[in-house]
Amino acid sequence: MSTSDDLRRMTSVPKRSFRPSMLLYDQRYRSITIQVFFLFMLMLGAAWLIDNTVSNLRALGRDFSFAFLNAPAGYDINQRPIAYDSQMTHGRAALVGFLNTIILAVLACALATVLGVVAGVLRLSNNWIVGRLMTVYIEVFRNIPTLLWIVIFGAIMTEAMPAPSAFRGDDPAASMLFNDAVAVTNRGVYIPSIEFVRDLGDLRIGPVAPSLNWLLVFFVIIAGIYANKRLIAHATAVQNATGIRPKTWWKSILILLGPVVVILVALGAYLDYPELRGFNFAGGTHLRNSLIAMWLGLGIYTGAFVAENVRAGILAISRGQTEAAFALGMQPGKTMRLVILPQALRVIIPPLISQYLNITKNTSLGLAVGYMDLRSTLGGITINQTGRELEGMLLMMLIYLAISLTISGAMNVYNSRVKLKER
Amino acid sequence: MKNSVFLGAFAATTLVAGLAQAQTTLETVQSRGELNCGVSTGLAGFSAPDGNGVWQGFDVAFCRAVAAAVLDDPMAVNFVPTTGQTRFSALASGEVDILARNTTWTFSRDVDLNFTFLGTNYYDGQGFMVTRDLGVSSALELDGATVCIQTGTTTELNLADYFRVNGMAYEPVPIETNAEAQQQYLAGACDVYTTDVSGLAATRASFASPSDHVILPEVISKEPLGPAVRHGDDQWADIGRWTLFALIAAEELGVTSANIDEMKAGTDNPEINRLLGSEGDLGAMFGLDSEWAVRAIAAAGNYGEIFSATIGEQTPIGLARGLNAQWTQGGLLYAPPFR
Repeated sequence: MSTSDDLRRMTSVPKRSFRPSMLLYDQRYRSITIQVFFLFMLMLGAAWLIDNTVSNLRALGRDFSFAFLNAPAGYDINQRPIAYDSQMTHGRAALVGFLNTIILAVLACALATVLGVVAGVLRLSNNWIVGRLMTVYIEVFRNIPTLLWIVIFGAIMTEAMPAPSAFRGDDPAASMLFNDAVAVTNRGVYIPSIEFVRDLGDLRIGPVAPSLNWLLVFFVIIAGIYANKRLIAHATAVQNATGIRPKTWWKSILILLGPVVVILVALGAYLDYPELRGFNFAGGTHLRNSLIAMWLGLGIYTGAFVAENVRAGILAISRGQTEAAFALGMQPGKTMRLVILPQALRVIIPPLISQYLNITKNTSLGLAVGYMDLRSTLGGITINQTGRELEGMLLMMLIYLAISLTISGAMNVYNSRVKLKER
Repeated sequence: MKNSVFLGAFAATTLVAGLAQAQTTLETVQSRGELNCGVSTGLAGFSAPDGNGVWQGFDVAFCRAVAAAVLDDPMAVNFVPTTGQTRFSALASGEVDILARNTTWTFSRDVDLNFTFLGTNYYDGQGFMVTRDLGVSSALELDGATVCIQTGTTTELNLADYFRVNGMAYEPVPIETNAEAQQQYLAGACDVYTTDVSGLAATRASFASPSDHVILPEVISKEPLGPAVRHGDDQWADIGRWTLFALIAAEELGVTSANIDEMKAGTDNPEINRLLGSEGDLGAMFGLDSEWAVRAIAAAGNYGEIFSATIGEQTPIGLARGLNAQWTQGGLLYAPPFR
């Protein structure tokens, strides 16, 4: 035997055949083994759950079908963003509930954001009273369950406000606010609504039919905002080129408001005031107690959390930034608005997303005050009248999941626009 | 190795679960030693805890009678408060063995929800209550009114139908429990409170000044209220159904909780003897002993005694027998023969 053969035998890795025990004791395979094992257990668990459900349904003599969504609902809903009556289907009722959920979520998110930013900034104020007041607000609201706040606001509206009948007679016990425009009653708040003399009809798209008038107004507002943005961009370009910023404020006002006023006048818009008729106020827009209680409860409660996020975001910006801004002669207000907040946003946005998701999910507490959201319509009355718990709950979970993922996706897009650009 | 142990345990658990399911409701209840009875969250006269926390009322008395028949102890009942929304899930899932929660017997609940109604223990109808100073004397004057309503009930559907058929508009205020509805109604957040007339009477009785409220004459629906069980266990359904009939028959035959001890020794009326077990052995036919009906009747008295003690005219609820009188008295109560 030559030495080169010996050498080869000594240096080469011994070729060992694969043995089953290596699955557990060989580091190369162990992690795969564990993962396969857990995947297997997971699938087994899921299969058991499904099998259990199927066999229990069979034992109860029940099938699994969504046909109930096409059956007439039979019940009425008080807050109807789209046309609905008791002869329409359960599916339509669920859609009404879904829209009510969205309306509440949008209102509450807006309120929470405004309150949160204001309270968060003011909590850092040098003014002792303002700072402590904000601390009290945040700590009181943050540390009491949201359901209690919702019930409290609901009770205040129901118990402390005058009944519509108190507005009746020559010497009424209660009177309307703002020159007879707004009535606050124990059945909700009635505010004037904008109505049109000339109606362009409705746009039929699938199950919903938005008014063409409102679509037109909406479109004009969006166009105005876009045009104003171009104007500002142009002004900035001129400033960069010449050092002088052209005056834009009167142009902005003209662009933003002018076309809207023109279109409103063209359509014959007028304010429809609420007035007492029969048992209740008629006309105007009726903001029901349930909506107000949910809106205030969710908005003010979550606002306290947003305030803490905002405060954390501001504190995350180093003190040097403020000092640098002051050194340039900037006033505190401008420093906050132009220097601190834009930088703080990248810290604030991610936790803000989860607060928005919390609000959206907490809208399902609506039943506590009788707010007809998705949980109360599809997940409440429909399930109860049809007995389709499994189907209804699954559908409801899917819808909430879809809403949450949409919010989260949209906010992530916004976040990637404001976050620190690293190149 | 580990895997096989786990799988073995898994198989064993499944087997045990399977065996547990094969047990009849009667066996389950007897081995548990307690009857799970679904009742309302509190409706005076029908089912509500008294000052000592003991459940009292018309529906409660039925559960006690069943418990006495099955377990020989009228107090061996675990009352599970359910709302209008949760009651059917509670029954379907097996959380309660029997649902005695003034529940209306309807086609879809019987057929589609797979429940068996045991009969009607109270013939009711839906009505409206308004405050006296509203000056309304008929439900047809309620156009545009705000109506408080318990959500998840048949009243919700009847209300929608009634106002639609009569071409009237209304504003529904959905509410989860009777207590909340009461509070909203008293605060004036709604003009009208609607539910079954018996429920209105019970609710009004608990107000500070009941005479300020009127129940309108219109009764807009038939509401046969009765206890219900799950489909699939006919023996259990029979026990519930015939316990109810035993209470009704006892009133018809003049058997009361006062005279039952002497009557069970034997009378010259063979129907009474068969009911009370001194003749024949009816109880054995559904797996109970011959004295099951004696215990059921002794628990809270016959139907008439229960009625007058819980919701009758001497009580604050003050309901007349009306349709709920015996057929011999012009009512609808009619128990089939015990034979």
